[in-house]
Amino acid sequence: MAERYELRFSGAGGQGLITAGIILAEAASIIENKYAVQSQSYGPEARGGASKSEVIISEEPIDYPKATVVDACLAMTQEAADKYAVGIKPGGLLLVDSDFVKNPPQGDYKVYDMPIMRTAKEEVGREIVANVIALGAMIALTDVVKRESGEKAVLAKVPEAFIDLNKKAYNIGFEKVKDLLEK
Amino acid sequence: MAKKVALIQGNEACAQGALYAGCSFFAGYPITPSTEVAEVMSIELPKIGGKFIQMEDEIGAIAALIGAALTGAKALDSTSGPGMSLKQELLGYACIAEIPCVIVNVQRGGPSTGMPTGPSQSDMQQAMWGTHGDHAAIVLTPASCQEIYEETVRAFNLAEKYRMPVQIQLDEICAHMREKVEYAEPGELEVIDREAPSVPPEEYKPYDASKGLVPPLASFGSGYRYHVTGLNKAADGFPTTKAELVDAEERRQIDKIMLNQEDIQKNEEYLLDDAEVILFAYGSTSRSARYAVNELRKDGVKAGMFRPLTMWPFPEKRVAELADQAGAIVCPEMNLGQMVREVERVAKGNCTVAHIGRVDGEPINPGQIIDKVKEVL
Amino acid sequence: MAYDYEKSIRPGKLPHIWCPGCGHGIVMKGLIRAMDTCELDRDNTAVVSGIGCASRLPGYLDTCTLHTAHGRAAAFATGIKMAKPDMNVIVVGGDGDGTAIGGNHFIHACRRNIDMTYVIMNNSIYGMTGGQFSPCTPTGAKASTTVYGNPDPTFDISKLAIGAGATFVARGTAYHAVQIDKLIAEGIRHKGLAVIEILDDCPTTYGRRNKFRSVIDMMKRLKETAVPVTAAAKMTEEQLEGKVLTGVLYNTEKPEYTEQYAKLIKRAQGA
Repeated sequence: MAERYELRFSGAGGQGLITAGIILAEAASIIENKYAVQSQSYGPEARGGASKSEVIISEEPIDYPKATVVDACLAMTQEAADKYAVGIKPGGLLLVDSDFVKNPPQGDYKVYDMPIMRTAKEEVGREIVANVIALGAMIALTDVVKRESGEKAVLAKVPEAFIDLNKKAYNIGFEKVKDLLEK
Repeated sequence: MAKKVALIQGNEACAQGALYAGCSFFAGYPITPSTEVAEVMSIELPKIGGKFIQMEDEIGAIAALIGAALTGAKALDSTSGPGMSLKQELLGYACIAEIPCVIVNVQRGGPSTGMPTGPSQSDMQQAMWGTHGDHAAIVLTPASCQEIYEETVRAFNLAEKYRMPVQIQLDEICAHMREKVEYAEPGELEVIDREAPSVPPEEYKPYDASKGLVPPLASFGSGYRYHVTGLNKAADGFPTTKAELVDAEERRQIDKIMLNQEDIQKNEEYLLDDAEVILFAYGSTSRSARYAVNELRKDGVKAGMFRPLTMWPFPEKRVAELADQAGAIVCPEMNLGQMVREVERVAKGNCTVAHIGRVDGEPINPGQIIDKVKEVL
Repeated sequence: MAYDYEKSIRPGKLPHIWCPGCGHGIVMKGLIRAMDTCELDRDNTAVVSGIGCASRLPGYLDTCTLHTAHGRAAAFATGIKMAKPDMNVIVVGGDGDGTAIGGNHFIHACRRNIDMTYVIMNNSIYGMTGGQFSPCTPTGAKASTTVYGNPDPTFDISKLAIGAGATFVARGTAYHAVQIDKLIAEGIRHKGLAVIEILDDCPTTYGRRNKFRSVIDMMKRLKETAVPVTAAAKMTEEQLEGKVLTGVLYNTEKPEYTEQYAKLIKRAQGA
């Protein structure tokens, strides 16, 4: 893994992307004992419109806590894509929700698309777990933490009654990326 | 057993550090970006029988803080710029009456309402000079969640040891970012409690400095009946206008800090041994500075960083030495020139002193620092 | 036999700073008698004040005393009471200190109904600074900053306290000295926030500007305008014109703040 790996999760306020960022940072720092810093947009910005959460993961202590050039970016909405899918590292990647991001910003990076919200609704049965599907997908795409670390971090975060739901969501997200990559 | 670890925000780390230090009282008023400190304290304090009170305003919060501290409680208040401006009079009260307490200022853009969710370091001179009248100040500037946790413990220790209000200056970035924090085991970090009087109540004088610069403080309700006032006072705590008594007390209150600097100062020195250009940086900006130092070193520039964790009293002695050693000191700060004034004052023209300021609500990034260093060289 | 005030006064602290004819000393004696009546343990009693003539009172009392900043006494006192609920907490101060600069802390102390006794000496003027008008200076009256007559309407402190949620509110006057300790004692015994408003006088900065030729004239005013609530019940509105009600104006029971917080602690601890 690179000395410093930067991820940005963006979407609409309320889609749970801040939580997704926190879970990833927990997987990296608490479970895998790497260094991680998570930060996010605040205030009115975080409540409506486009919101973002950034995670930096490293084998070394992290100095600058904000993203510089992101290695991997998630955009759940067109607005978020336009606003936050910028500054992606050459050779990096962008994952978008294909139903909502019709015009993904293009650059010297790979763009993957996946109907994340639809998968949540139709295959898992709850739109609320779209963030967990996205997290599974991002982990599969980036390999920034182990699959089981991500799952463990997700399950540590949710109440008992929602464990199966979130386990399913995480793994669907992860598996779908494998299908994408094999295409 | 493995230590308890958690991925928490700087603000939460501050609250957890306070609890470790034995804080049993919190008074505050909601203000962005400090509110998480209050929220955590409102949840955690009652669990240990402590008290949380959300006061009617910022001034009421520091007033309640001082009242609680007088009963023997270790007390915390958290706020941000506008709130800190409101608290200034009572910060001075805590200085002159010598009441231990800790106040966290999560700095945001200003002046006035400014930019509530934008990071800033523009209350650094206010922390020293905001309240009227001559006084000493202890101001700490941690830069990571782990450090916020540990420095909050140190803030309480200094408050208790020196009978002083101690300020912790965070910035929005440090306050809101999440990092792993390892919670200390009981006994692992030093925890200092204020010295109680050893004399019988009838002999007790709350400002009797005959045995040392920091007189013991009795708690209200512990059998010692005494008077506390914000007026200039004599050793017995009662107001006086006698010139020699006023002068002696004023000087003692500053001496108790300035003559104990070795104990109070704390800095990190990063790659300074051969440094020709030194970054003077603190808080979240020091993280950009460290990144910049590493990049500059890769380019063959002998860069280093001096990072004060105790910002006030200002680390004059060490900065003066560094000004003799280095060709330049560069001060990146999220303000338009605050601590750089101290660096310039202390450097006395012995090296180039340059400033990188930013007040647009964005952090100073490493690239900005690298460019400036190259320009100075 | 003369009442023994000396035992409650700090040795060497008298004479006090108050002018001849000022009512604050009468209130202090009333407070001492009330504290004696209630058998308050002086080691475990805090008397807290703000800034102003009346706020100098704690310095004379041999107990735990805290002379704070202008207007902030109620907030400091709230911190003491919260941190140490078994302590008896008494706040003393003037009308300007308590209802102008300290108005916010005053109403919120009332709202919380925290178990403290607030003795507010209302002489309707800022005395220490030389006689500027306060929120309690009568409209039209003269002060050093209202030489053309005070344009401001006034606060009725007792009504303000009742409206804000205080559960015991009483009013007395510096003339009716014997009643003062009874009202304060009742306030101390009351569980919750008690406000005791004492109508007071300031011959030096108010009297001489407002045609009171002597201290006696000012005392006469207090005597003549005061009507006990019991007597007022039998009087007509016309008869009550220009009068001020004295005695216990309001007395009710509501949950007290530190007791409520103690319950919160139990909930937090899962009891």
